[in-house]
Amino acid sequence: MITENSDVILSVNNLTATVENTPILKGMNLEIKAGEIHAIMGPNGSGKSTFSKVLAGHPDYAVTGGAVSYLGQDLLALEPQDRARSGLFLAFQYPLEIPGVSNLDFLRVSYNSKRKHEALEELDAFDFDDLVHEKLGVVQMDAAFLSRSVNEGFSGGEKKRNEILQMAILEPKLAILDETDSGLDIDALKIVAGGVNQLSNAQNATLLITHYQRLLDYIIPDYVHVMANGRIIRTGGKDLALELEARGYDWVLEAEAV
Amino acid sequence: MISSPQMRLTEGGAYLTQLLEMAGATASGDSALQVLRSAAAGRVQSQQFPTTRDEEWRFTDLADLLKLELITQPATVADISPYQLAEAPYRLTFVNGRYLPELSQAENLPDGLNIGNLAGLPDLQQYLAQQGAEELFTALNTAGLNDAAVVHVRKYAVVPSPIHLLFISTADQFTQPRALIVAEANSSVTLIEEHLSLSDTPYFTNSVTEVFLADSAEVNHSRIQRDADSAFHIGKTAVSQMRGSRYTCNAVSLGAKLSRHHLEIYQTGEQTETTLNGLTVLRGEQVGDTHSTIALTHPHGTTRQLHKTIIDDRAHGVFNGKVYVPQAAQLTNAGQLNRNLLLSPKARIDTKPQLEIVADNVKCTHGATVGQLETDEVFYLQSRGIDADSARKLLVNAFAYEVISQIPVDSLQQTLSRSVTTR
Repeated sequence: MITENSDVILSVNNLTATVENTPILKGMNLEIKAGEIHAIMGPNGSGKSTFSKVLAGHPDYAVTGGAVSYLGQDLLALEPQDRARSGLFLAFQYPLEIPGVSNLDFLRVSYNSKRKHEALEELDAFDFDDLVHEKLGVVQMDAAFLSRSVNEGFSGGEKKRNEILQMAILEPKLAILDETDSGLDIDALKIVAGGVNQLSNAQNATLLITHYQRLLDYIIPDYVHVMANGRIIRTGGKDLALELEARGYDWVLEAEAV
Repeated sequence: MISSPQMRLTEGGAYLTQLLEMAGATASGDSALQVLRSAAAGRVQSQQFPTTRDEEWRFTDLADLLKLELITQPATVADISPYQLAEAPYRLTFVNGRYLPELSQAENLPDGLNIGNLAGLPDLQQYLAQQGAEELFTALNTAGLNDAAVVHVRKYAVVPSPIHLLFISTADQFTQPRALIVAEANSSVTLIEEHLSLSDTPYFTNSVTEVFLADSAEVNHSRIQRDADSAFHIGKTAVSQMRGSRYTCNAVSLGAKLSRHHLEIYQTGEQTETTLNGLTVLRGEQVGDTHSTIALTHPHGTTRQLHKTIIDDRAHGVFNGKVYVPQAAQLTNAGQLNRNLLLSPKARIDTKPQLEIVADNVKCTHGATVGQLETDEVFYLQSRGIDADSARKLLVNAFAYEVISQIPVDSLQQTLSRSVTTR
């Protein structure tokens, strides 16, 4: 939802980054305001996932230039955990399995780290239990998943739903979903997309990183950006995604080359 | 002073003689136990103290043990309540190798179960020193054998709760704990064998546990070594399995400056099942060595071995897993996996899977992995607001959990999980 004069949540200016000395991001520019849903599409190797990891602070990626302002502060100066505590959330393409740590405990530790950061009282096990059960419905998840180890033995779809459950509990200001649709069947995709839609409001923003237009049938973006060779080469509305689906990426790349 | 291997041998010989004297192995007599002891003393005297020139001790140098001045004296412990396990109501407590009935709980036992010390259950003496007895440290233990923790489960008895064997050592002690487990046909029992100390000055524990499983018996054995960080611990677990029996060992080793656990499984009948889970956690300058030998001599045996080591700082882990599958052991299904997590650039692991397979119709697999905490794993947790240090601890615990979760006592699982990252 595009609203006049809404707050800028994320502002990326001429961002460049490398991984193992190979330049991947080559001048990213992007502004995301409260209430908006953005989608970044692009061919393999265009730097989409790198962009999401750089925003979340993955140590393997070195920022070599540019600036990122998040809610008015220098995002790049924050440790990954402080970015998370400030409301930046990255839903992973491949969520980690953590044997021996129950999903419920993990969610509570994560939630309380954010509460602490906001100088709020941490929730005890009982109060947190109530909160979690309220949120389970967002992704139609069975309470039995809470007592299982984090993502251990979860199917691909269950892992992605678990990511959205974490998002529902952490209530991020900026949610970045990295290829969240990959490996999902259509039912799981609908549940995940439904969850994201329920969590989207006028105060927060969502950035979808995706390969396929399919996800955008269920989460309608305000802006679609095409990324190639480490930067955004074209920006349009939701129709751009349909055009990309129909015509592929070549025509955008060719237009850019001219 | 740096001593040459030759000097070590001389020193080692003198040290062994001292140990034999301290163990009281010089006594004489013609009782069955004394005959056993004298034979074992003879075995010790005919061997040399191991150095790193011995293949079996290549990575585990006992030189520092020779510097230890040891004593043997009886002691007691005022309060063992911190070590009691609520889930394990039956308990045998030994302090410095001496049975303390006042700290034990060997009454009101279920039908078919007898526990106590050897003096109280002399009929079981016939089972002592039946297997793996030649090995130097096992012989040393037998040479000084006065008493033992004994668990006797009669035919068809299913013991409903775990039995806790608690071996406590005090400062400067040379202690030789001994345990004997006899599970008769179709019986089932769960044991928690634990070695610990109330002291943090050095001592030397040389323990031997023998386990006999008759036809179709089932023994679930957790062996917890959480000795003082300055201690030396050498331990043997010798297991004999008759037809259709099932043995599980969950060995967790956290303490000691130098520890060695030698696990020997002898199959004496068909269709046995053996599950060995091991976890060694090392930090500082600790050395932790696990040697295992599984000798399959009959068809249709199944073995599953998982040994994990977590090594931090300048610590050094050693794993050697032997599996023998001779011609007679057709249709054996043996799997071995050794996984090692190195947390520091100076941490070191020497791992050697050693499978000797002669039988031609068998399924045997083995693997060894050495890894570090993955950046991606730590990052995932950081991205959920968890700081890097807590994230690493959580991941180390997750690595350990696969073994710790096998211990059938919840309160002990929790104690051990905490010890893995905070000790």
